[in-house]
Amino acid sequence: MAHASPETAVRTNLAVRALIYSILIIFAVYYLLPLYVMLVNSVKPLDEIRQGNMMALPQLFTIEPWLSAWSTAQIGVQPTGLKPYFINSVLMVIPAVAISTMIGALNGYVLTKWRFRGDGIVFGLLLFSCFIPFQIVLIPMARILGLLGLAGSTPGLILVHVVYGIGFSTLFFRNYYDAFPTELIRAAQIDGAGFFRIFWRILLPSSGPIIVVTVIWQFTNIWNDFLFGASFSDVDSQPVTIALNNLVSSSTGVKEYNVHFAGAVLAALPTLIVYIVSGRYFVRGLMAGAVKG
Amino acid sequence: MAFLEIDNLQKRFGTVDVLKGINLSVEEGGFLVLVGPSGCGKSTLLNTIAGLESITGGEIRINGRAVNDLHPSQRDIAMVFQSYALYPNMTVGQNIAFGMEMRGVPKAERDKAVAGVAKTLQISHLLDRKPSQLSGGQRQRVAMGRALVRDPQVFLFDEPLSNLDAKLRVDMRTEIKRLHQSMKTTIVYVTHDQIEAMTLATVIAVLKDGVLQQFGTPHEIYNNPANVFVADFMGSPAMNLIPARIEANGGGVAVVMSRDGLAPLQLKVANDSKLSAHAGREVIFGLRPEAITDMSGADRTSARVVNADCHVEVVEPAGADTYVVTRLGGREVIGRMRSDMQVAPHSTVPFAFNMDKAVYFDPQSELRIA
Repeated sequence: MAHASPETAVRTNLAVRALIYSILIIFAVYYLLPLYVMLVNSVKPLDEIRQGNMMALPQLFTIEPWLSAWSTAQIGVQPTGLKPYFINSVLMVIPAVAISTMIGALNGYVLTKWRFRGDGIVFGLLLFSCFIPFQIVLIPMARILGLLGLAGSTPGLILVHVVYGIGFSTLFFRNYYDAFPTELIRAAQIDGAGFFRIFWRILLPSSGPIIVVTVIWQFTNIWNDFLFGASFSDVDSQPVTIALNNLVSSSTGVKEYNVHFAGAVLAALPTLIVYIVSGRYFVRGLMAGAVKG
Repeated sequence: MAFLEIDNLQKRFGTVDVLKGINLSVEEGGFLVLVGPSGCGKSTLLNTIAGLESITGGEIRINGRAVNDLHPSQRDIAMVFQSYALYPNMTVGQNIAFGMEMRGVPKAERDKAVAGVAKTLQISHLLDRKPSQLSGGQRQRVAMGRALVRDPQVFLFDEPLSNLDAKLRVDMRTEIKRLHQSMKTTIVYVTHDQIEAMTLATVIAVLKDGVLQQFGTPHEIYNNPANVFVADFMGSPAMNLIPARIEANGGGVAVVMSRDGLAPLQLKVANDSKLSAHAGREVIFGLRPEAITDMSGADRTSARVVNADCHVEVVEPAGADTYVVTRLGGREVIGRMRSDMQVAPHSTVPFAFNMDKAVYFDPQSELRIA
């Protein structure tokens, strides 16, 4: 008969579920495979890699490649390892993320709660900066950095990333604050709080989710940036992405694949950690405003 | 001189006139209710008093002092918002104390003031909670506490009860009235609920489209509406507004209305010079449901009750009263009869019209003529 009994419904349901899960597992494995290859090969001696089996687990476990990538490997002409460049990146990323997030929050606050004539146009222009290809601004930016005396320095790179980050951070905060009740601002005004006090005491304490989203976004973008790093830094201010490239393309002696793998994992580690630590908040922040809290 | 004075207040957003020359004044300790349909400008008017919106023209004076250009925090006002606007990141106690903190009041003094207000509003046990852990009624109390603790010259309430359920709304309404009676501070209160307006106000301002329609005591507004809009807006069920004709009727005049299935209804009116000037003309005849009753339910103190048979269309028992719908002048007309009246739909029963309560409007200008 054409009637579907409850049992068949349950069985079909199970089959569909199994199908969905197996597809998801296949995708997960597919995405995790490169990470697996990198991790496995970064703890093998070079000889084992040369035997040609990339997928095999290490027969002889060694952390030598990691130590080498961190402190002794040849980067360009210097045998310094990634360490100094890693520090450069940290010195660049932390101020750049903090400043662009702060400015984004202030912009969002002004654009939603202290509306002025033409605020829509200002926001539109800021949004536009999200879509300008990096390559277009390379030469004007180089000129400006030169004029400011910041060329080839970490503060110069911070400036570049802040300028580029404001578009996105403003977008995030503006949309978040747009849903923030204006009556709260008015109540605070009547209570006698001024512009910055309202920002500090009322708005920022309620901005946790969107701060997390902005910080993750900015951190990932700035840490992973290669083009600006390659264009605007000197040897003593190069970020780790440039150093990783130099490590891999240094052509003295043999290609130490295990060291390269270890270096790549090292360079990717901070973004990985940021995601693992605050990924939950990231999704929550992106969903904020979709449902009333 | 009144305590709160609003002089020819105008507010324009771009090319839109939101407030078109409002004149109001409230005595010290008065309770002014601004009432009107949504979009009438009542909330804008309140916000201009608070200083949250700038004004285009006119003047606002509180206790003789022009406050037009003063910042909201310097006008010596406190406001309760529709959404309560409690700071979500602070506890109830911090919420109430925030204004004092901004004004640099020492901590010990703040705590004392908060404790006092919390006791008045019976929220002492909630002081350490966050607003998200409170019920609607509790949030409402905290919002009032934040206003009370300021001890301002004027309280501003922006539809404070509209987010509460029906029962709580009635309770809080009584509570606000009690607070006003004990504190005797001037209050300006915005609502779209005409029952709230009637119960709370010492004076009511009815607004529509940015124009003040009528300004007077609840009794005046209810019994002597200045125009058709006020008559229709205030009161529930609304006043019956019936197209009618004034005709000379031996010595006096009568109101004549068409009636379903019967000869036109003639209601005699005392010889009223204002009304006789309109003899032979169309008018809008207004009579509240409670002035259209069964014969034994009619007001015995009234000098002029006219009885007439009317055809009953619908009967709506409402517990305390029974609303009876008939049709006069082509309109549905609601009468309020005693609940133990046995009235059957589609029957013809005698109605008692209390003509003392009748009001008359010009059908074109919609203004009151008698």
